Amino acid sequence: MAGIPHDHYEPTTKGEKWLDSRLPIVGLLYNTLMIPTPKNLNWMWIWGIVLTFTLVLQIVTGIVLVMHYTPHVDMAFASVEHIMRNVNGGHMIRYFHMNGASLMFFAVYMHLFRSLYYGSYKTPREVTWIIGALMLVLMMAIAFMGYVLPWGQMSFHGTAVITGLFGAIPFVGEAVQTWLLGAGAVGQPALNRFFSLHYLLPFILLGLTLVHIWAFHTTGNNNPTGVEVRRGSVDEAKKDTLPFWPYFVIKDLFAMAIIMAVFMAIVGFMPNYLGHPDNYIPANPLVTPAHIVPEWYLLPFYAILRAFTADVWVVMFVDWISFGIIDAKFFGVLAMFGSLVVLALAPWLDTSSVRSGRYRPMFKWWFWLFVVNFVILMWVGAMPAEGIYPYIALIGAAYYFAYFLIILPLLGVIEKPLPTPATIEDDFNAHYGTDKRGVKPVATPAE
Amino acid sequence: MLRTLTLTSALALGLAAGMATAAPEGHVEDFDFSFEGPFGSYDQMQLQRGLQLYTEVCSACHGMTHVPFRTLADEGGPGLPEDQVRAYAENFEVFDQTLFDGEGDFRPATPADHYPVGALSNAPDLSLMAKARAGFHGPYGTGLSQLFNGMGGAEYIASLLNGYEEEPECALEGEPMDGFYNTVFTAGGYPDSCKDEDGNYTVPGSWIAMSQPLYGDDVEYADGHSTELENEAQDVAAFLMWAAEPKLVARKQAGLTGVIFLTVLAALLFVTNKRLWAPHKHPEH
Amino acid sequence: MSHAEDNPGTRRDFIYYATAGAGAVLTGAAVWPLVNQMNPSADVLALASIRVDISAVDPGTQLTVLWQGKPVFLRHRTEEEIALARVQDIDLDSMPDPVARNANIPGEVPALDENRVLALPEGSAEPQGAWLVQMGVCTHLGCVPLGDGEGDFGGWFCPCHGSHYDASGRIRRGPAPENLPIPVASFVDETTIQLG
Repeated sequence: MAGIPHDHYEPTTKGEKWLDSRLPIVGLLYNTLMIPTPKNLNWMWIWGIVLTFTLVLQIVTGIVLVMHYTPHVDMAFASVEHIMRNVNGGHMIRYFHMNGASLMFFAVYMHLFRSLYYGSYKTPREVTWIIGALMLVLMMAIAFMGYVLPWGQMSFHGTAVITGLFGAIPFVGEAVQTWLLGAGAVGQPALNRFFSLHYLLPFILLGLTLVHIWAFHTTGNNNPTGVEVRRGSVDEAKKDTLPFWPYFVIKDLFAMAIIMAVFMAIVGFMPNYLGHPDNYIPANPLVTPAHIVPEWYLLPFYAILRAFTADVWVVMFVDWISFGIIDAKFFGVLAMFGSLVVLALAPWLDTSSVRSGRYRPMFKWWFWLFVVNFVILMWVGAMPAEGIYPYIALIGAAYYFAYFLIILPLLGVIEKPLPTPATIEDDFNAHYGTDKRGVKPVATPAE
Repeated sequence: MLRTLTLTSALALGLAAGMATAAPEGHVEDFDFSFEGPFGSYDQMQLQRGLQLYTEVCSACHGMTHVPFRTLADEGGPGLPEDQVRAYAENFEVFDQTLFDGEGDFRPATPADHYPVGALSNAPDLSLMAKARAGFHGPYGTGLSQLFNGMGGAEYIASLLNGYEEEPECALEGEPMDGFYNTVFTAGGYPDSCKDEDGNYTVPGSWIAMSQPLYGDDVEYADGHSTELENEAQDVAAFLMWAAEPKLVARKQAGLTGVIFLTVLAALLFVTNKRLWAPHKHPEH
Repeated sequence: MSHAEDNPGTRRDFIYYATAGAGAVLTGAAVWPLVNQMNPSADVLALASIRVDISAVDPGTQLTVLWQGKPVFLRHRTEEEIALARVQDIDLDSMPDPVARNANIPGEVPALDENRVLALPEGSAEPQGAWLVQMGVCTHLGCVPLGDGEGDFGGWFCPCHGSHYDASGRIRRGPAPENLPIPVASFVDETTIQLG
C-alpha cells in the first residue's frame, strides 16, 4: 500500500503475536492511529473528526429512538410525543438527534469548503473526493428520509414535493415516482420504507467513511501549503509529520469540546430554532402549509432547484432543443443533481498546478465569493418564490455552476500563483519557534 | 411649537396607521415569560391559573390528546396533588375501545389517560400549539428575531387572545366576513375592501374562525391574581407552553450542566494540547 | 521552564490525568441516559397501579382484569366459599406450599385463609374474607386457571397440566409449586380496589 514511510507495528508479546498471525487487526488499528500527519494542519482540519463523531452520535441516538418510535401514519406523530414526554431522557435524545443532523451538515460544509480552498480534491486525492461527494449525497438522502418520520406537516408535504421531482423525469417519471412511494401519493408505504432505509443508509455511510479514510491514508493528508510530505525515508517523513496519536487526537478533542459546548447550548436552550414550527402539526394531506421549506442544510440545493423556471432563457432554449422533453420542472431537477455532479468533477475542472488557495491570489476572491454565494442561496431557498427572490436564486445558481465550469478551468491558465514553501517543515517553522541556533528560518511567503 | 408638534405627530401616526403591506401582518407582543432564557422555569401558580382557564373555557372545543392527566401532578408543572388530579380527570370522558366486548364506549378518565379529543372537529388540538406557531420572524428571512427573542409560540398565543378588535371601517363596506377580526392572526380571510389599488393590505391581521374566547374576568382565580384579559392571555399561553414542553426546565438544566462541563473540559484539553505540542513548536524549551 | 524537571512524572502528568478523568466523567454522563431510556417510561410506570371498580361484582362471581400485562382474579366469595376455605386451613401441614405468598404481609406467614384475603375497608358490611385477590397465572408454567369452584378443591383448576387450587387459591394437587400469589392490593373505598 502506497503511503508515507513510517515505523510499523511489531507484535512483541506472545499474546500479540498469536493474534497478529491470525488477524492483524491490532497492527491495522495501530498503524491507522499512528499515521504520520502533516504537522502544519490548521483548525480547518478538525471537521473530519467532527463528522465521524456526529455519525456515531446519530446512529446511537437513532437506534435508541427506534426502540420507542412507531412507523405508522396513525401512530408516528404520537410516538414521537411519547418519546418527548414519557421515555426517560427521551426529550434530550430526540433533540440531540434532531440537532445532530444540523451539526453534521454544518461540519460537512466546513469540511467541503476546506477541501475546495486548499485543493484537497486535486490529484492524487480524486478518489477521496469522489467518495466524499457520494457521502454528501447519501447524507442528504438520509436526512430527507429521517425528516419524514415524525409525520408532521412539513414531513408530509416536503416529501410530496421532493418525491414529486422524480415524476418530472421524462417518460419513466410517473412509474419511478409510484415505485418510490409504493402508491400514488405519500402515505403508509412511503413512511415504512423510508423508515427502513433511514436505518440502513447510515451504516452504508459508515462503510464509506472507512473507505474514505483508507483513501486519504493511502495518499496522505493534504495540508495548508498543498506541498506533499517528503517520502524519501522514514526520517525525512518525520521532519514533516507527527503521529496522529497523540498530537492530532488531542488537538481534535479540544476542538470537539468547544463545538460540543456550543451544541449543548443549542440543544439545551434553543432546540427548535433550526426547525420549522409546522412540523409540530400532525400531517394533513388535505391542508398544505403556506410555505414548504426543507431543513436549512438542503436550502442551497432547493434554491437551485426552484431557480430554473420556465421564463429563464436557458430553460426555454433547452426545452426547444430537446423537443420539449426537458421541461422547466425537469431542468430544475437536473440542475439540482447537476450541482452535486459538478462538485464531484472539481478535480478535473480545476486546471491550476498549484494546490492550495493560500498561494493563488486570484482564486481566493472567487472562492470567497462562492462561499458567500452558497450562503445567499441558502437564504433565498427559504424565501417565497416571488418578487426579487427568483432573480437572486438564478444569479446564485448561475455563479455556482460558473465557479466550477468556467472560473476554475480558466483560473489555472491565467493566474500567476505565489511561490510555495519548499517543505512542510519550513512552513511549520516559519510559524513557530526557532531552530537550534536561535535563528528564525527564512519566512515563507505570507498568506 | 405646539402646532408643529401636533402636526408632526399627526403625520407620523397617519403614516404608521396608513402603511399598507404586501402580505398580512400581525404584531406579536414580546411578553416576558418566566420560562424564557437559559435559567427560565415555569411559574407553578401561573400554570395552575392557565389550567383553570383551559378547563373552564378552551376545553369546550379544544382537546389536548398528547397530554396525560397524571402530568398535572408532575414537579415543575402545575403540581396538583394526586387526589386532585384523579378528581379532575374524572370530569372528562374518554373513549375506551376495550369496553362493551370490543365495541368500545365512553368512560370517566383516570390519571393515566390523556385529555380527550376536542369536541369541535375544526378546533385544533392544543397539546403542541405553543411549539407549532412562531411569534417572531425574519427580518427578511434571516432568523435573527428568533435568535434573540426565541421562537415566540407562547407570545403568539397570548397576543392572539389579546388581539381581537372591532372590525375596521373598510370591512364594513363590503360583504360581511366569515369569522372574527383579529389583529394578530394573519392566516385568515381578508376582505378586498380592505386592500388598496395595488393589492396591499391596509389593516393588520385577518379574520379568524374562532370567536373571541376571553374577554377578561372570565374566571375567578383562587389566588386572587388579576383577571385582566392581558394577564389571562399570558396565563393560558404559559400553561400551553408547559403542555407542549413539560420537560423544558430539565432540558435547560441539562444544557447548562453540559455547557459548563464542556467548557471546563475544553480548558483542560487546551492546556494538554499546548503541553503536548510545545516541544515541537518551541524546540529550545 | 526548568522547574518542570523537579518532579519528573508527577507535575506534567497531572494535566493528562485531569483531562482523562474529565473525559471519563463526560463519557459516563453521556452513556447513562442511553442505558436509562430502556427503563420503564412514565406511561408504563403510571400503569404500575390501577383502580378497579368492583361495585358490579356479586358474591359468587369473579372479575378478571389485566394488570401489568397479567390477569388478576378478584373473587367476591360467598359465605359458603369462605367457610370452605377456613375448613381447608386444617390441611396446612400437608399442603405443597405452606407459605401465604401475600405481598401485603411482610415476611413469610403460613398459608391460612386469613393471611390471603384482602383486608376490608373500615365499616364494611361484608363478612371477613369476602374478597380474594390473586394473580391469575398458574405457578407451574403460566397458564390462566379456570375458576368458579373448578377442580377437586372447590377453587381453581389449571387445564394445562392439571393443577388444583383450593377455595383460598392454594395449590393442593398437581405440578404447580406455589400458591397463586397475592399482589399488592387494597381497598380505596367500598367499591374500588387498587392493585399495585
